[in-house]
Order: sequence, then C-alpha cells, then structure tokens
Amino acid sequence: MVNCLALQTSKLEFKMRNIMEWFVKASLFCCVAIAILVTLAIVLLMLIESIRFFKLIPISDFLFGLRWAPGALTTEAPLGYFGIVPLFLGTFLITLIAMGIAIPLGLFSAIYLSQYASGQVRTIVKPILEILAGIPTVVYGFFAVIAVSPLLHDVGTYLGLSISSESALGIGIVMGIMITPYIASLSDDVLASIPGAIRDGSLALGATFSESIKRAILPAAFPGIMAAILLAISRAIGETMVVVMAAGYSARLTANPFDAVTTVTVQIVSLLTGDQAFDNPKTLAAFALGLTLFFITLLLNLMAIRIVRHYREKYD
Amino acid sequence: MTEKSSQHPSNFLTSKQLHKRRKAEQRFKAYGISTIIIVISVLLLLLTGIIFKGYSAFTKTEIALEIFYDPKVFKESIPKAILKMRDTGSLIRRALQKEFPDIKDSDEIRKALQLISPNARISLIRKVVEDPRLIGTTRLTWVSASDNINLFIKKPQQRKLPAYQRQLDDQKIAWIDQLRERKKLRQRFNVQFFTNGDSREPEQAGILGALMGSFYTMLVTLLLAFPIGIGAAIYLQEFAGKSRLISLLELNISNLAAVPSIIFGLLGLAVFLNFMDFPRSSALVGGMTLSLMTMPIIILAARAAIQAVPSSIREAAEGLGASRVQLVFHHIVPLAMPGILTGTILGMARALGESAPLLMIGMVAFVVDIPHTPLDPTTVLPVQIFSWLRNPEQGFIENTAAAIMVLLLFLILMNLAAIVFRKRFDHKW
Repeated sequence: MVNCLALQTSKLEFKMRNIMEWFVKASLFCCVAIAILVTLAIVLLMLIESIRFFKLIPISDFLFGLRWAPGALTTEAPLGYFGIVPLFLGTFLITLIAMGIAIPLGLFSAIYLSQYASGQVRTIVKPILEILAGIPTVVYGFFAVIAVSPLLHDVGTYLGLSISSESALGIGIVMGIMITPYIASLSDDVLASIPGAIRDGSLALGATFSESIKRAILPAAFPGIMAAILLAISRAIGETMVVVMAAGYSARLTANPFDAVTTVTVQIVSLLTGDQAFDNPKTLAAFALGLTLFFITLLLNLMAIRIVRHYREKYD
Repeated sequence: MTEKSSQHPSNFLTSKQLHKRRKAEQRFKAYGISTIIIVISVLLLLLTGIIFKGYSAFTKTEIALEIFYDPKVFKESIPKAILKMRDTGSLIRRALQKEFPDIKDSDEIRKALQLISPNARISLIRKVVEDPRLIGTTRLTWVSASDNINLFIKKPQQRKLPAYQRQLDDQKIAWIDQLRERKKLRQRFNVQFFTNGDSREPEQAGILGALMGSFYTMLVTLLLAFPIGIGAAIYLQEFAGKSRLISLLELNISNLAAVPSIIFGLLGLAVFLNFMDFPRSSALVGGMTLSLMTMPIIILAARAAIQAVPSSIREAAEGLGASRVQLVFHHIVPLAMPGILTGTILGMARALGESAPLLMIGMVAFVVDIPHTPLDPTTVLPVQIFSWLRNPEQGFIENTAAAIMVLLLFLILMNLAAIVFRKRFDHKW
C-alpha cells in the first residue's frame, strides 16, 4: 500500500519533471529564436525598404551612378542623384589606407608577441593592446578631428600640397591605428594555435627564428591571418563614428588621398538624422545603402568565419 | 686544421651567408620591437593629448559681484520670478556699473555684461529660491564667468597675441585685471560639470544628463541581452543536436557579432520607432537597440564558457540520475558563470562606448533636462562627446576631452572588473 503510493507520487513527479523539462527547453529555444529573428528582421526590413526605393530610382542608377547628391533636384533627376560609386570609392580609399597601416603594425606586433617576447613583455603589452581595442570609436574620431587632420593640413601647407582638413589620409591613419589591436589580437590567437612542433622542426633544421617564422609558421598561419584581415576590412568598411566626425559630407569622385571624401556610413547618418517623413526617397536611400553595406560585410564575415572553422579543424 | 679550413672557399661563403642571415634575423626582430613601440607610443600620445586638452574643464572661473537683491524684481512670488529672467539681468548690470564706475554708455555696459555667463541670471533666481531672506539685501555673490573669460584665464598666453586674433579686446582684459587685483576673480572646481545637463553655454554644460542616459540605456541592455544571451547559449550548447540547421544558426550568430553597428541602428529606427512607436530619443529604445548587438557577444562568450566545463561533471550528474535541465541549471551554468560574466562585462563595455546606432534613433537631440525614467528623451556619454565636438565654441573642446576622460575611466573600471573576475574565479580543470 505504502509502496504503491510512493510509486504513484513519484510517477506524478516524473510527469511534472518531464513537463518542466519541456517548458524550460521551449523557453530556451525562444531565446535562440530571438537571435535568428534579429537577422531575419534586418534582411527583410532592408529588402522591403530598398524595393520601395528601387521603385523610385532604378537599381542600375543606384549601383553604377557616378553622382551622389540627394538634395540636388534637377529636371534630369527630379528626386536627386543617388549613384553610390563615389561613396564606395571614398569608403575603399579610407579602408585601403587604414589597412596599409593596420596590417603591418598588427601583424608584426602579433609575431613579436607570440614568438619573441618574454612572458613579462607579454603581460605588459597584451593589456595595452586590449585597452587600445577597447577605446570607443568616438575617441578616435576626436583624435582625428583635433590632432591628426589639422596636423596633416599644416604639413601639407608647409610642403606646398593642398591636403584637405577632412582628407581621406588623416581618417585612414586614425582608422588604421584603431584597427591595429584588432588585427594583432586575432593574429596572435592564430599564431598561438600553430603547433609548436612546426617551429621546432624548422629550428632543428638550422633555420634562424625569423626564417622559421617566415618559412614555416606564417605559411601555416596564413589562412587564419587572412581571416583576421577580412574581419578587419569588414570593420573598416562598416566603421561609422570616425568618418562621421572627421570626413566630409559632399561626395566627390576622386582617388586622391589628400581630398575630402565621404563614405557609405556617413551618408546613412546624414540622410537619417534630419527630421523627414519615413517614405521620403532620402530615407529609403539610407536603407538601400544599409542593405548594400550589410551584404558586403556579410560576404567578408562569412568568408572569414568559414576559413577559421576549416582551419581550426585542421589543427585541433 | 683550423688554418686550412677557414681559408676554404666554401667555408668563406657560409660565414658570409651566416652573417647575412644573422643580420636578417636582427632586422626582423627590430621590426617587431619597433611596431610594439609605435603602438605603445600611440596609446600614450592619445591619452596625454586627451588629458592635456581636457584637464582644464574641471576648473572654472567665477567673478564676485555686489548684487543688490532688489525687492522690486523679486516682489512677486518666487515661481513668477523665474519668468522674469530679464530682470535679474538688470541686477547684474547694476552690479557691474557699481564695480566699474568708468562705464559710460550702453555699448560699454553691453560689453561688460559679456564678462558674465548668460546663465548667471538663472543662478541668481536659484539663490533666492533657496534663501528668500536675500531679498532686499546687498551681497557679494560669486557668479560664473563667460566662456571667453574662462578660456582667457586658463590660457594666459592669449594676452600676447595681436588684438584681432584674440577673443577679448583690450578693455575686457583691463577689466579682468582690475577684478583680479580686487580679488574678485577666482578659479573653482567645476562642480557643475558633474551636476548639470547639456547647455548651449560651454561653461554651464555638464555630463549628468548623459551619464544618467547611459545608465538607463545600459540597464535596459543588460536586462534584455543577458538572459536571452545565456538562454540561447545554453540551448545551442546543451539541447540542440548537430543538425545542418543548428550549424546555420551558429554561423548566423557569429556573423551577427561582426555586423556593422550602424545596421542595428537602422533596425532600431524602423522597428522600435516607426513600427512599434516607442518614444524617440529614449533610453528604452537605445537599450533595446544596443541589446541586439550585445546579445551575440554574450552568446559567444557563454558558449565558450559552457564548453570549458569538463565532461566529468556532466557524467557524474547524469550518473546520479539528474535530468538534462537539472544538470544544466544545477551544475553547468553555475560553473560557467565566471566566464559568462566576464564576457558580459566586456560586451557591456562595448555597448557603453557605442554611439553610431544611437544617432539613428534620435539620441543626438539637444536635451537639457536630466532623465528620470528610461522613457525620457536623453543622450548617452559617447553621443554627448560627438555632439559637443560639433559645437563651434572653443570652450566645448575642453568639455569634450573631459567627457572622454570620464568615459574612459568607466571603461577601464569595467575592463579591470572583467580581469579581476577572470583571475578570481578562473577554474583550472
């Protein structure tokens, strides 16, 4: 009798337990679903708004147009000019300069830290890199506006060059400094994951340290470093605050690093920070720009993530 | 033997080659060291530059005036006096005329009024509200000096410039010197920088509004991103199998962590403001937007922490008959908590410094009032830095740098907390 009761209650408890388990599992799944919904919402929303935009402005004019002037209303273009070529030219010019600084600086500091530095140096320099990586982008923007751009302008006047105080060069330099710790810490992780046997083998064959690094470690780490660089490029393209603070607003078709350029992110901000009706072509254009930006960075990120995954399996 | 072999041509070649290789080695190492030096010196340059530009914002100049608290101005009840700010201006004008008896015409009096901050009128009203007995008396009252005076006192080298390059003309400088001689000019710690909201006048602008805005925004972000992030991480790590769909989900979350922040701003604008119609410029919408970008960071950190819990613990719990949920919530999550919290603090630190998505949802608006609830319009510290820098007045540059110092202080504290956490609770399995 007592046994029977115990069996019954425990059966009931087991049932309760199963229901609880199911309930907890379902609510945890909801958390994942939110993360997915965010991506879906981003893509859907930008697609819908972009389609509305492309009803007003043909997509070919948007992708291949050489003039960006949303405010200029002429009989030729009654809604304004929405060609993104100059925006992307500016974005890529700045990214190129930034990468020209960040790749050598970041890579060499990662190599030095992971291969040469003593434990003591590492414990000092690693946190410094982390601090640099943790400084908000507005601070770098301040640095560009207050120090770097005026300095370049003055140097330019001294040398007889005309360097705009909103030049792509100044912004690129600051952005390069900003991205250096990012590349350094990503490549440091990659270099640390290379099995020591590769280096030891090379050293045992009589190669010097630098030869082992150049001939054995770097080739093994190459895919990982490529992934780091791709992620860094994606960050430079999507970076907003530095360019909003230090770059110009007017779009120009130029590849001269001394000129003022504008970028995709600057235009998104300038199109949306005014008070406008939501179905204004300018507002819709911001979403079309956002969609383009999203796809470019998505492509870079996916490539990087794929390389990292593939490569992790190889050495684990 | 040594004599002979060292003259052997092939050995000669090797030693030359060795020399070259050794040089290359040294060069390579020197590149490494110099990049490290460059990185460190850039950091030092950045920090010293900000401190150099910003330290002066923590002091401000005040001028003492013999103010006669005229009963005619304050005869109405106090709340009405606030409507009559122009009249308190007349008190200041009279006090200035008494201070400088050589003032002749209205042009000169207007010039003298430029010594005093426009907000001094409000501070007089506040004084009377605090202590109504002042009415009818004459008191020596310290009021804040205007922006130009403030800058002039802080940068005395301005005096040597030719007149057309200065903000102040000779007469104003003469007045300042007179005030200084009579000991009616002083430098004080700028309390208002920490107790005021934003202002159009640099000497009156403070960061309290932005600080409170940042606080509410971070609160909303944490409340949303932390539970959802942990929940998603637990599901992916413990309950989801290894299907194609799950690996697609993982890819999606890794990608979400690298999406440019401005895209989240577009999403916030379209969904929270235009679709759901939440209050514009509010900390609620800001926090919701930032939680979207903090969530993937927390998910990635939490998954790594959960993964690091050794399987012996799993096996022991399962061997004793624990269900999946019991295993996860009684054993794995508590053990992974330090790692999860470290990741959360770092994610929150990133959210605290983030400004681009908040520009999209109108948090760049000029707000004087200090927010009291997450629904009030507000700004946050990094956006305040951005909008101050756009101001043409010179005085805002030091305010900007000082606000950056405050922001960096908070970020360093958060990072230190993360490091301490990691050190303190890190299990070596």
